[in-house]
Amino acid sequence: MRVSMDLELKDIPGQLLLALRPISDFKGNLISVVHHHEKKTPRGTIPVQVVFEIKSDHLEDLIACLEKNGVRVVSMDEKRYLEHGAFILIGHIVHTDIQDTIDRIDNTGYAEVVDLNLSMPKINMPSSASLKIDAVSKKDLQSVVELLKFIAREKDLLVIEPIESQLRSIK
Amino acid sequence: MKTIRASIIGFGAVGQGVANVILQKSDYLQKVGIDLRVVAIADSRTSVIDGEGVDLSVVLASKKEKKAVGTGKISGIDIIRTVAHELVIETTPTNIVDGGVGLVNMLAAFERGMDVVTSNKGPLALKYGELTEASKRSGSRFKFEATVGGAMPVINLACDTLAGNRILSMEGIFNGTCNYILTRMMEEQAPYEQMLAEAQELGIAEADPSYDVEGIDTASKLVIVANVIFGMNATYRDVTVTGITRITPEALLLAHNNGYAIKLIGEVNDGRINVAPKLVPLGNPLAVGGTLNVFSVQTDISGPITITGRGAGSIETASAILSDIISLYKE
Repeated sequence: MRVSMDLELKDIPGQLLLALRPISDFKGNLISVVHHHEKKTPRGTIPVQVVFEIKSDHLEDLIACLEKNGVRVVSMDEKRYLEHGAFILIGHIVHTDIQDTIDRIDNTGYAEVVDLNLSMPKINMPSSASLKIDAVSKKDLQSVVELLKFIAREKDLLVIEPIESQLRSIK
Repeated sequence: MKTIRASIIGFGAVGQGVANVILQKSDYLQKVGIDLRVVAIADSRTSVIDGEGVDLSVVLASKKEKKAVGTGKISGIDIIRTVAHELVIETTPTNIVDGGVGLVNMLAAFERGMDVVTSNKGPLALKYGELTEASKRSGSRFKFEATVGGAMPVINLACDTLAGNRILSMEGIFNGTCNYILTRMMEEQAPYEQMLAEAQELGIAEADPSYDVEGIDTASKLVIVANVIFGMNATYRDVTVTGITRITPEALLLAHNNGYAIKLIGEVNDGRINVAPKLVPLGNPLAVGGTLNVFSVQTDISGPITITGRGAGSIETASAILSDIISLYKE
C-alpha cells in the first residue's frame, strides 16, 4: 500500500538519514521526499513529508523504529488501493449467486468490489452489470481479472474487460 | 514499360472491384510503368481467356446481366496451370475450414513461379508457413494486404512504413459488421437480434452472419497480422475467440455511463492472439463507430500509432489489391 507520512526531524545533521533508512530496511519503496528546511516549527523541528509503498504488515514496526530514532510521526495517511478497474458482466448474474461472486473477489485480500450496477430487463433474460474493482497494485488487478474470468467461466457469464493498453496504463 | 499478364480467379464482389479499379486506374498504372493486361478471368462456373487481354468492361457487364463472366468452361485452377501469365489475383471466397480452392490456387501458382496477390484470408490463416515457404522456393512473390483491414494499410504500415521500429503489441477493430451492430445497439438501445436484422437489410451483414459475429473473421485477420508482423507461425486454431452475440443493450449503456464503449477487439500481445468484446474508453482512438475499422500498434521508437478506415467493401478491398500490384511491379 501507499503511505504518506508527515515527520518532524531535529535540526541537527544526519537526521534525514535516520528517517529514511528504516523505510528502506523494511523494504519500502520511496516515492517522494519533501524536506521543508525553511518552515521550522515552533518546536524547532524540521517538517518532512515522505510518500512510499510498503507492505501493510511492516508499517507498525517501521513507526516504532522511526520513533526510536527520535523521528516524530506527526500524521499518516494510508491508501490501500491504488488501482481501479471497470468491468461488465452479462448472463444470469443474480441466479448464479452474486454474493458469492463478490465475496470471492473481496476475500482475495488484495482487491475489493466497490461498485455494482445491475440491469435486469426481463425475468429469465440475461442481466447485465457494471462492476468496479479496486486493487492494491497493478499486479493484483491483473490477478483479479484472471479470477473474475475464472468465476465467469464457472457461472457461464461473459466478462468484458478494458482493452489491454488501458489495463496496462490504469492509474 | 513492363507488360504484366494477370488472371483474376474468383469474380464476386472483390474480383469485380479489382476489374473496376484496373479500368479506373489504367492511366495511372501506365504512368508508373505497368501495362497490366488481364488475360483470364474465372468465376465459380465460367471463364474467359484472351492472351491479348480481355475487355474488362464487357466481362463486368456480362457478370451483371448473365451472372457469368463468359462462356468458357476452363476452371480457375486450370487457367493457373495452363495459361501463360505472371500474376494471379486470387479473390475466391474465404474458406476457414481447409483453405478451399483458394489454397489450391495459390499453391498451383507458386508451383509455376507466378506471383500471387490475394484478398482471401482462409488459406493464410490456416497455412501461412506452408504458403510463404512455397512462394520462396519458386521465387514467387506473395502479397496479401487486402486480407486485413480492407482499405487500411495494416501490413504495409507495420512492415514498410514503420521499418526500424519494433512492434511491441497491436490491437484494433477488424470487422465492420460487428462494429456497426454494436454501435447501433447502443444508439437505439435495441437488442442484438434487431440490429443484426437491420445490418442484414442494409447488406452490411451476411444472411448467415456467424462468420462475422462469432469473431471468426477477426480471428483470421489477426492470425495473418501476427504471422507477418510478429513472425509467429500461428494458425486460426491458436486464437481464443469470443463473439458479440451475447452483448446486451443494457451492458452497452452501463459501459457508456462509466465512460466506455464495448467493441469487438482483436489483439496480439506477448504471443497471445485474442478476440473478445472489450471496454474501450470513449476518448480512445480505438473507439470508432459505424462500420469503421481501426488498427493500433505500440512501437518501441514511435510509441502508439493508430490508423482508421473502411475495413470492407469491394472497392476498398480492391484498392488494397491494386496497391500490392503496384508495389510489385512499379519501376
